[in-house]
Amino acid sequence: MTESPPPVVEMRGISLAFPGVKALQEVDFRLFPGEVHALMGENGAGKSTLIKTLTGVHRPDAGQVALAGEEVAFSSPGEAQHAGISTVYQEVNLCANLTVAENILLGREPRRFGGIDFPAMRRRAAEVLARIGVHVDPASSLGEHPIAVQQLVAIARAIAVDCRVLVLDEPTSSLDAGEVAELFRIMRVLRDEGVAILFVSHFLDQVYEISDRMTVLRNGALVGEHLTADVDRRTLIAQMIGRDLGALEAIEDAAEQRTSHGPVLLQAEGLGRRGAIEPFDLDVRAGEVVGLAGLLGSGRTELARLLFGADRADSGRLLVDGRQLKLRGPRSAIAAGIAFSSEDRKGEGLVADLSIRDNLVLAMQAARGWTRPLPRRTKDQLVEKYLKALDIRPANPDALVRTLSGGNQQKVLLARWLVTEPRLLILDEPTRGIDVGAKAQIQQLVTTLAAEGTAVLFISAELEEVVRIADRIVVLRDRRKIAELDGSTGIDEVVELIAGGAAPEKVVS
Amino acid sequence: MKNRLLWPLIALGALLVLNLVFTPSFFTLRMQDGHLYGGLVDVLKNGAPTLLIALGMTLVIATRGIDLSVGAVAAIAGAVTCVHIGGSGSAGTAFAGMALALVLCAVLGLWNGFLVAGLGIQPIIATLVLMTAGRGIAMLVTEGQIVTVNNSAYRQVGAGFVVLPTAILISLLVLGLVALATRKTALGMLIEAVGVNPQASRLAGVRTRTIIWTVYVFAAVCAGIAGLMISSNVSAADANNAGLWIEMDAILAVVIGGTSLAGGRYSLTGTLLGALIIQTLTTTVYTIGVAPEVTLVFKAVVVIAVCLVQAPKARAAFSFRKVAVS
Repeated sequence: MTESPPPVVEMRGISLAFPGVKALQEVDFRLFPGEVHALMGENGAGKSTLIKTLTGVHRPDAGQVALAGEEVAFSSPGEAQHAGISTVYQEVNLCANLTVAENILLGREPRRFGGIDFPAMRRRAAEVLARIGVHVDPASSLGEHPIAVQQLVAIARAIAVDCRVLVLDEPTSSLDAGEVAELFRIMRVLRDEGVAILFVSHFLDQVYEISDRMTVLRNGALVGEHLTADVDRRTLIAQMIGRDLGALEAIEDAAEQRTSHGPVLLQAEGLGRRGAIEPFDLDVRAGEVVGLAGLLGSGRTELARLLFGADRADSGRLLVDGRQLKLRGPRSAIAAGIAFSSEDRKGEGLVADLSIRDNLVLAMQAARGWTRPLPRRTKDQLVEKYLKALDIRPANPDALVRTLSGGNQQKVLLARWLVTEPRLLILDEPTRGIDVGAKAQIQQLVTTLAAEGTAVLFISAELEEVVRIADRIVVLRDRRKIAELDGSTGIDEVVELIAGGAAPEKVVS
Repeated sequence: MKNRLLWPLIALGALLVLNLVFTPSFFTLRMQDGHLYGGLVDVLKNGAPTLLIALGMTLVIATRGIDLSVGAVAAIAGAVTCVHIGGSGSAGTAFAGMALALVLCAVLGLWNGFLVAGLGIQPIIATLVLMTAGRGIAMLVTEGQIVTVNNSAYRQVGAGFVVLPTAILISLLVLGLVALATRKTALGMLIEAVGVNPQASRLAGVRTRTIIWTVYVFAAVCAGIAGLMISSNVSAADANNAGLWIEMDAILAVVIGGTSLAGGRYSLTGTLLGALIIQTLTTTVYTIGVAPEVTLVFKAVVVIAVCLVQAPKARAAFSFRKVAVS
């Protein structure tokens, strides 16, 4: 990569605030023709906001956007597209019921005699598809094709107009390895034609494979711009999660040593699901806290969902107390004493329009069946106990869960499972988006539960938290379990593994 | 909870007062031969089928569903019973016919439940199948004729009296049973949980499918009972017109009663009020002598008004001045 051509996109001092949040603070960003540029950062770092500022969805509060040297201010995505900036989003935004050709040329159909010239449309579509080497019948309907092909059609649509800048927002998140390779081939073709490609992905391997240059954001601010070849994974991760390596190494490992664990409670043998997580082995003992570490999209949640039967495994088996357990769904997992608190509190956890009381007893009531309602007194006792134990506020059982703060909602969700007295508690991001006080309370609770003999599988994007709380850390990368580490492992070693250094598989008994 | 029922109550009150103004004897009750008569009794009696169907509809809507097939199911119930009774005058035949009809309705409910919970088809489409096909089934049963019967036991269901019209007693009995079954057990809470957040409910171990299935069967059985009432009232089965558009009245009753079509929290009392409002409205049209050609417009205006006062946005707009003063 030479830097001789002027940047096709130059954003300077971009700031944007939403009510209560500074989404972007004086971010500079450059994109050169004929390069693949990766935009890096954890969730909430401002990647999507920056992209949307470029594509005219948001207007920046301050700063300039220049396209090929000329200052522009797009007021809609349509204008941006007209100027040559095309975007392909993570979710395929196409019409499954239309044909491939119609999707590619929707809104700019070739016309004849006031109607659409269908033969010409198919020809044009075929040309665009041929340009990126995709072999799909333009007359077939889009819905017939797998997601990966739909994604490629979306790219074809993006480049069917004169496209100077192509934005790909997490295009690979639902693709398998072969499909990703195909996508990369097409990206290289376009790059060599001089298109500037902005690429967002959570998969570091992919970023290193395809990108020429990268920009790292954290908390809405620019952290650095590098040539990909110049920055190693550890440095990159450290920049993304916001600690320089010195500080990482300085953190004491504060994991409590619960030296004597109970017998093996749960065993996964070669458990896996295609497209979600590759087959893995995992043992969890009673009274043990197992942490799952990995970047977003590394398969953390997918692994947990398999153990709970929320998704069905297509390989391997699961044993509880040494006996094989056929998981037909969450109910059979709950019956075996497994509880799962989802990372998606609103979507998959709480029933927002019901009261704290109803939410607390939901899992227990569901297990009893509707014909055996919990007696009012038992219910009240349970609710009172957990409102107090978890310090849930307001301590009003009739309050609708919707009205609670994030931290209190999380506690209600936790309490719902504690009521069922699970033997294995799977906590997916239990501390995300909640305040520091509630966070500490939840971490304390996990420690207490483990001391009482409950096994806990603890998933968190915050590495520090995982390392502090876990007796054992399972590291995931690119939907694969890559290592199992002792709880006394330092953060930097975990970072290295997550980053995908060549560390050998290491299993600590 | 009380707040939600306030506006339907006011609307019902206003309609009743309107009737009283035009017909001063509207509230008068009189006993004749041990039977109670009067304007209010008429409202309750004529509204009984709608109330029954609306009860079933309430639970279906609470699970985020809708059942368009209830009118057709009601027609099938009447048709099956009348054809079974035929020329017989015996009470045994009448009861056997009714039992047969209700079992068949339960099977139709299972079918709806299968499409919705089993196959995951959108409820409005899934029940549209039976809405259209059901009339055809009823036609097949009656062979395209209006089947008349002369059976005193059967007539009791829709036209009989036990002091009050039997139809009122049946519908209130069902209302009481549903209230008990949902509020004294955990069924009501689980139905609401499924309606508010099916995904979370499944992950909490709720048998979401079974619950959805159950409410469709219940709705179909309610529709069956309503169909028996309608048919019994005229001692005939009319495959084309029995229960025609009653699904719309039932849905309207549920909505007026404050249960959201988006599912979740429901109110049986609200549905009772909604059904009464709709029936009172129909009665009002006759008593105050609204010209036939504007009847539908009149009804529509009242319904829109009732819905508006319940909508938080509309209420906020109306109470704008109050806010400005305070």
